[in-house]
Amino acid sequence: MSSRDQILSRVKANKPPQVKLPDVAVFEQGEDGAAEKFTEILNAIGGGVYYVDDYQELLSILRDNYPDHGRIYSPIPDVKALTDCVAIEGSSGHQFADVEWAVIKGHFGVAENGAIWITGDLMEYRSLPFICQRLAIIIKQNDILPTMHDAYRRIGDSTYSYGAFIAGPSKTADIEQSLVLGAHGPKGMAVFIMKDDSVYS
Amino acid sequence: MNVTGKDHAQLAGAFNKDTQRVNWHDETLWWIRAKRDKAVHGLPEWEALRETASKIKHNVLANLDTYLQQFEVNAMGNGVTVHWAADAAEHNRIVHQLLTKKRITRMVKSKSMLTEECGLNEYLAEHGIEVIDSDLGERIVQLAKEPPSHIVLPCIHKKKEEIGDLFHEHLGTPAGNADPQFLTNTARHHLREVFLTRKAALTGVNFAVAETGEIVVCTNEGNADMGAHLADIHIASMGIEKLIPQRKHLGVFLRILTRSATGQPITTYSSHFKSPQPGKEMHIILVDNGRSTQLGREEFRNSLKCIRCGACMNTCPVYRRSGGHSYHNAIAGPIGSILAPNLNMERYADLPFASTLCGSCSNVCPVKIDIHDQLYKWRQVLVKAGYTPKTKTAAMKIMSTTLASPTAYRLAGKAGRMVIKYAPFAVNNALNPWYKQRDMPEAPKQSFREWYNDNRKKKN
Ligand code: SF4
Repeated sequence: MSSRDQILSRVKANKPPQVKLPDVAVFEQGEDGAAEKFTEILNAIGGGVYYVDDYQELLSILRDNYPDHGRIYSPIPDVKALTDCVAIEGSSGHQFADVEWAVIKGHFGVAENGAIWITGDLMEYRSLPFICQRLAIIIKQNDILPTMHDAYRRIGDSTYSYGAFIAGPSKTADIEQSLVLGAHGPKGMAVFIMKDDSVYS
Repeated sequence: MNVTGKDHAQLAGAFNKDTQRVNWHDETLWWIRAKRDKAVHGLPEWEALRETASKIKHNVLANLDTYLQQFEVNAMGNGVTVHWAADAAEHNRIVHQLLTKKRITRMVKSKSMLTEECGLNEYLAEHGIEVIDSDLGERIVQLAKEPPSHIVLPCIHKKKEEIGDLFHEHLGTPAGNADPQFLTNTARHHLREVFLTRKAALTGVNFAVAETGEIVVCTNEGNADMGAHLADIHIASMGIEKLIPQRKHLGVFLRILTRSATGQPITTYSSHFKSPQPGKEMHIILVDNGRSTQLGREEFRNSLKCIRCGACMNTCPVYRRSGGHSYHNAIAGPIGSILAPNLNMERYADLPFASTLCGSCSNVCPVKIDIHDQLYKWRQVLVKAGYTPKTKTAAMKIMSTTLASPTAYRLAGKAGRMVIKYAPFAVNNALNPWYKQRDMPEAPKQSFREWYNDNRKKKN
């Protein structure tokens, strides 16, 4: 008998009696915006939040607040057009290691934990939001949900090959519990909330 | 794991020699426990979430064979190769074969307690394959040639000066520099080089969704993603109990996991891997290694609900004062003490006795595992089977009869309070295994029961 069949038959023989699945919809809080809470939590976990009118404003904030902003890379055509971001050759995802700011879109934010849901199609390369030195994510003002239950309701049965909730910069506290931002991934994270939805697309 | 052949009491004795370090270890973990409390108290629905999580996991155990097959079909449909490993040896062989087929001799790994359980690093080293652990805490213990001492905080037992020395020796930092920011930044450069040059990455799995065939990996550092996205082949190893039925159930588990672990609302990254990147490979290894046996042990099967948050360790008065290595098992603390005897009763017979049965673990467990009850039940099973740690046998035998009989318990309690009050030397001696490095508490004048009866009389 193969290991597969062996495992399955042992599990079948040993499993406990049936129990029904509990309802998880009871925890949803609805689609109400929760921007204030989102900002508060994201600040607490080391991320910045900015309200902007358009991409131009976003870029000037990056330049003003982070003077040696270095190379900016974005898969968003409108941002590409506004920066001198050169097309990056290669297709392995390694080539972004020295990108100072990666600017990408997110689907929505979650107020209770400051996380933003992003899928592979918004990243161009899966490595981009991890390997860059700092990460900027854009979401629409109305796309902030209260809890993770609401988040999964929104995600529903949508298809993606890869998706991640990202909440703040990469961090570690492995050395005597001292918090250090920028473990392997981005050292900083900024979330830009677009006030006007029409600019976004 | 138990290379020394020493039991928990002996290993704890060694850890206890340095009182200052023990106090520091104790306080650090208690501080994390306090952060957990703060995060948990912020959610009015916390108890309902625990109950729901526990029920979902119960449903998983009751349907595990069906969910495993559903997961396999869906993962294969997503372009992932699924492997099955009956035990640790088979798991290690599968990883080795996957690497050999691609002529890969160097691999980067993110946190996976399962690979610790399987002894993967040692196995691969014997076969000429270099593995670098990329979680900072795991990298530190790897450089120190030690196993992790905690499932979430692998080097919680190490002082920053010791880490500074390790980095000086292995990564060339200046001698005497023990600044966490500086050391972390050094590790960042060292490990980025590793991520950029390795063609294979192995990650653990926090949750696997039967409905969609996707796996979810949670990290704060981003190391699982760095490894997996940059490599040509991503291998994910998971115990068969990591399944959950549907995607929407992640909402429950992602809310409770990190709040319980460190008091954060969520990890920085909760990554959902569904299909491989174009031109790359993704493999999932489903590992049994004793889990199906534990499933059949009615009294202990609840331990398979564990989501490895570490809260039971942070709160445990014995763990905090004896250190993770004293458990001589990949998973330490209260939950490790329930899981280990399932794998080998003889070798781990001492672990269920390394507890005061205070119940704090069961109170914090986010999936409501009856941890301290299971520890107590293991003691009975082990005593019956003839496997008891030498030092504790006599005392514990009396204890199990006492705890099993309410009258004897009341009498013993009364006698105990008298003894502590009037003859503390009789308790605080080397023959009492619980006195080692512990000051016996001052005896309350009344037990709760006596107090309760008195007060009831007064009221009525
Ligand atoms: S037993 Fe419960 S508290 Fe302990 S690690 Fe597992 S889930 Fe967390």
